[in-house]
Amino acid sequence: MTRRLIALAPWIALLAAALLPLLLQAYQVTVITYVMIAAVACIGLVLMTGIVGMVSFGHAAFVGLGAYVSGYLSTQLELSPWLGLAGAIVAASAAAALIGALTVRMSGHYLALSTLCFGISFYFLVGNSESLGRFNGLTGIPPVSIGAVELRGERQTYYLVLIALALVMAWCRQLLDSRTGRVLRSLRTGPVIAETFGANAQRYRLLAFVLAAVIGAIAGWLYAHVQRFLNPTPFGLNASIDYLFMTVIGGSGQLWGALLGAGLVTIIKHELQDVLKLVFGPTTRLEMLFFAAIMIVVLQKARKGLWPYLSQKLTPRAAPVAPVDAVVLRHRRVKPEHGLTVLSASHLQRTFGGLVAVDDVSFDVKSGEILGILGPNGAGKTTLFNLISGALPRSKGELSFLGQPLSRVSARGMCLRGMSRTFQHAALVQDMTALENVAIGATHLGRCGLVANSLRLNRVEERQLLGWAQHLLERVGLADKANELAGNLSLGHQRILEIARALASDPVLLLLDEPAAGLRANEKAVLADLLNSLRAEGLAIVLVEHDMDFVFRLADRLMVMNFGRRIAFGRPDEVRADAGVQEAYLGVAA
Amino acid sequence: MTALLEIERFTVRYDRLVAVNDVSLQANAGEVTAVIGPNGAGKTSLVNAVMGLVPFEGRLAFPAWPQVAHSTEARVRARISLVPETRDLFGPMTVFDNLRLGAFAARGERDFDMAARLDETFRLFPRLAERRDQRADTLSGGERQMLALGRALMLRPRFLMLDEPSLGLAPLIVAEVFRVIARLRDQGVSILLIEQNARAALRLSDRAYVLENGAVRLHGKASDIAADPRVIEAYLGGSVALASDRRERQSGRVG
Amino acid sequence: MTADVALILLQDGIVSGAVYVLLATVLVLIFSVTRVIFVPQGDLIAFTALTLSAFETGNVPGTVWLLMFGATAAMLLELRQAVPQRDRARILRSLLRFGALPALIAIVAVFLVPKTAPLLWKMTVSCALVACLGPLIYRIVFQPLAASSPLVLLIAAIATHLGLNSVGLHLFGAEGVRTEGFSGQPFSIFGIIVTQQAAGVLASSVIAVVGLYLFFRLSLRGRALLATAYNRRGAELVGISTETAGRTVFFVAGLAAAVSGLLIGPTTTLYYDSGFILGLKGFVGAIVGGMAVYPLAAAGALLVGTVEAFASFWASAYRDVIVFLLIIPVLFWRSVSSVPAEDGLE
Repeated sequence: MTRRLIALAPWIALLAAALLPLLLQAYQVTVITYVMIAAVACIGLVLMTGIVGMVSFGHAAFVGLGAYVSGYLSTQLELSPWLGLAGAIVAASAAAALIGALTVRMSGHYLALSTLCFGISFYFLVGNSESLGRFNGLTGIPPVSIGAVELRGERQTYYLVLIALALVMAWCRQLLDSRTGRVLRSLRTGPVIAETFGANAQRYRLLAFVLAAVIGAIAGWLYAHVQRFLNPTPFGLNASIDYLFMTVIGGSGQLWGALLGAGLVTIIKHELQDVLKLVFGPTTRLEMLFFAAIMIVVLQKARKGLWPYLSQKLTPRAAPVAPVDAVVLRHRRVKPEHGLTVLSASHLQRTFGGLVAVDDVSFDVKSGEILGILGPNGAGKTTLFNLISGALPRSKGELSFLGQPLSRVSARGMCLRGMSRTFQHAALVQDMTALENVAIGATHLGRCGLVANSLRLNRVEERQLLGWAQHLLERVGLADKANELAGNLSLGHQRILEIARALASDPVLLLLDEPAAGLRANEKAVLADLLNSLRAEGLAIVLVEHDMDFVFRLADRLMVMNFGRRIAFGRPDEVRADAGVQEAYLGVAA
Repeated sequence: MTALLEIERFTVRYDRLVAVNDVSLQANAGEVTAVIGPNGAGKTSLVNAVMGLVPFEGRLAFPAWPQVAHSTEARVRARISLVPETRDLFGPMTVFDNLRLGAFAARGERDFDMAARLDETFRLFPRLAERRDQRADTLSGGERQMLALGRALMLRPRFLMLDEPSLGLAPLIVAEVFRVIARLRDQGVSILLIEQNARAALRLSDRAYVLENGAVRLHGKASDIAADPRVIEAYLGGSVALASDRRERQSGRVG
Repeated sequence: MTADVALILLQDGIVSGAVYVLLATVLVLIFSVTRVIFVPQGDLIAFTALTLSAFETGNVPGTVWLLMFGATAAMLLELRQAVPQRDRARILRSLLRFGALPALIAIVAVFLVPKTAPLLWKMTVSCALVACLGPLIYRIVFQPLAASSPLVLLIAAIATHLGLNSVGLHLFGAEGVRTEGFSGQPFSIFGIIVTQQAAGVLASSVIAVVGLYLFFRLSLRGRALLATAYNRRGAELVGISTETAGRTVFFVAGLAAAVSGLLIGPTTTLYYDSGFILGLKGFVGAIVGGMAVYPLAAAGALLVGTVEAFASFWASAYRDVIVFLLIIPVLFWRSVSSVPAEDGLE
């Protein structure tokens, strides 16, 4: 029963919100209208900052851009506000694409700072622009009208904003649950996961930046036609900081957090201002001190914001998730014939400054074979791995995949060609479910883009992708964990989950970086069984491992490395008998 | 034997996870005390708490130095040193700077002589002398471990805690690291040695504790522990293969 | 534009650039030790000028209340940790550091700085008031966040700025001030007229930059401060207290802010909120130096000053826009030429 209620919660909330104006005074309705406008803006920021991890100190500039474009079009050119909305969205996308192209490649605080500078610049540009009324602003902006009905009154604009908020919220939820959304949600951990599974991380970061700007512009459009008067102040740096505070206080990773944060900050600020004005006089801005303090405490004590905390208190059990039917993909990649060379490397070399990390290494791996790579730490195994998987460019040497020479190797390109990998330190998205994590692996198998994913035209494809992910979870024995968050799984399960994700891209070659590290003996046995069955299906597997027993038991052939060089290559018994290996690696005088 | 470190009913927890549960342990002056156990047994949490890096519940005392406060800084000033599992070197700094900073807390001591300390360390690890002006983050795994050990020795510690000094190193380098530990023991440094490499650790130590799931399973003289059938089964001969015994088994099998 | 005008603009640019140099240097210092991008540095500069101006008019500056308020908060935070641990030495230290010392400075500021006091004495007390704010800010805001990513620290820094900004309006009001400068005859070098104020600004900047550079290059203590930035735990394990390191740099920052405030106070009108834009400009310079290299940061700051001087000649309304848009290509270049830093809010 409670679970049903939780599932219906958004609808109940919407219904309650729709009834609210009947109970409240006009003044209160107006306050809530502005809270909802701020919430719309914050949803954009949640997408960009909370989900993708790009902090923006310039979000209010995009809100302002939307407001001013529509304000200008509807006053100076006397166009309908609906055309103004289109104009606002186009202008925000164009501006964000331009700025984003320059900035989204930046990391962390650099990006944050450039948004800050951009935000300040916007404020001064508008404030000094004659046609936008300088710091005095634009007046006489018409209200939005539907047919002949002009939405002027508090209650009318309330419903306009409520509908807009509900639509934006529904859109974002829909998008985040799709193929596109899963990639976006992986980006906070860095570009590696996306790139490894065939998605262009920079393009997705840019997408998030543009989406945030567009949603901001929608909020700005609402603001312009509800307030019907514009000046630059509500779009300055302080407003950007306010939006960021709302988002972080509410819970930056959560769409509902945007609403919570916008509501809390706006209403508390409002009330606080009234009290403080009585005490300290009409010009006081001490409420900002209060908010700065809240913000700092949130950063120090509850980095994830209030929403996750609240939702855990209210609903300790997660909302019900419909079980997914397992599906085997119809169009699988054609597996190469058993024993065909999948990858061959000759004379690979990689130097870092003067240090030769990989020196003249040649090897090949065939389908239906497990190739083990052994060597002490610092022997160059991981570097070699990165050369093959495209994480690092090679200094010298040749690589070919399924007979085709590879001139440049990128992680993305290798995924599309049919190679997949796991990482030494399990690189999963901790706050996504096991099923969703596996589905990221199948990213490049989907076709639906932003539009299809936004409009729910992707249902057939989603069923395929999630079903395929479910099938792989069953295959590796994690079916019962499908809806658990990856971060809650044990280390052993996380490693297995990574293998399932790697398999989801339907590879012909699988690279495993120390999959047995930190596993218990029985977990190792399960892993060995899985690898054996994958080999039997004709997959080529490269296995970098420390645990020699594990490798010797599994591998068909072995390569031993030391100091960046290959010191032995062959069948396990040959390698074991090799005098060089015994001396250099096993520490036995030959 | 005088006890150097005494802990009783010692518990370390992170949020809800209990990493070390009600452990009592004693390390004596002039001895090597080994703590062995599988991954996740709580060994690292134990030494981190002793070093004052993470909070703990229970009693912890250094009977010989009763006035040492419970902070990492105070520990270091009392010349208690930890070489952590993660090494924690100053990556962008040279080997030379890393070593000099190792003696940072000792600067105020009477007749402090940086050059003499550096000489001593370079004699122990000639490889570090060769790499003197190289950045720490360009060193190989083995060299990093030597640097971490060397940095700790710059303090001339009276009590040295080593957390998995052989982790991730090639067998040859492991042997070298253990040779250095044996030498320190012969010089009279009291050592608390955390190891997964049970055989090598037990061979080197006087007393040993076996930690499992955050609790002490066994403790006693190292030779008794090494002879205990349960230890032999679980750590010395069982399926959980360890670098040095693998080496021995394989050499036996091959040669 | 004639060569004469260009020369005057260049000179203007270099003098205001010199203030940004001091700022940029301090920002780099703080960043390299604590990973904090200390945006409020500019606020402290403005506060210094406003403090001195209050002394000049014979009032008790609001900074006194800010100091007392901050010190009380810091002391409570410190005692809350120290008392349960029964760490007597720490209790005593916190009572001295956050109780007695600020109280002493406040008493001096309230009772011993009459309107007739000599300028140098007023300046000294202003410096003491502002310099003490640095370590307080560190204790209250940043010390509990010490293990966070630069991004979280940046958000906290912005929050701090906002807090200081609102306190600033409350304590100092919206009026702008221009403080008294060192009087003295302008002199001329190579035919360029140089005021003593300008010479003082330039000299202080050069001393600060060279001093910090040498400190971090050569002294073990300087290396120790840097070590805390490279590896916190490693630093703790060799007995370098990251808290002491943080407090030290924030004290240096406060002092540098105070000096900068005294230097530019007489050259321009400062309001309670002038600091932010000032700080950001120093920042553009710091970023040119990749937040790590002092001489480069100094060069960047001079560049900012010069660009600003020329921009205000051609398009004064867009002066700030030009300076801030300048940062985007610089940031872009820096971020693609450097290794990605740690990302994310968590």
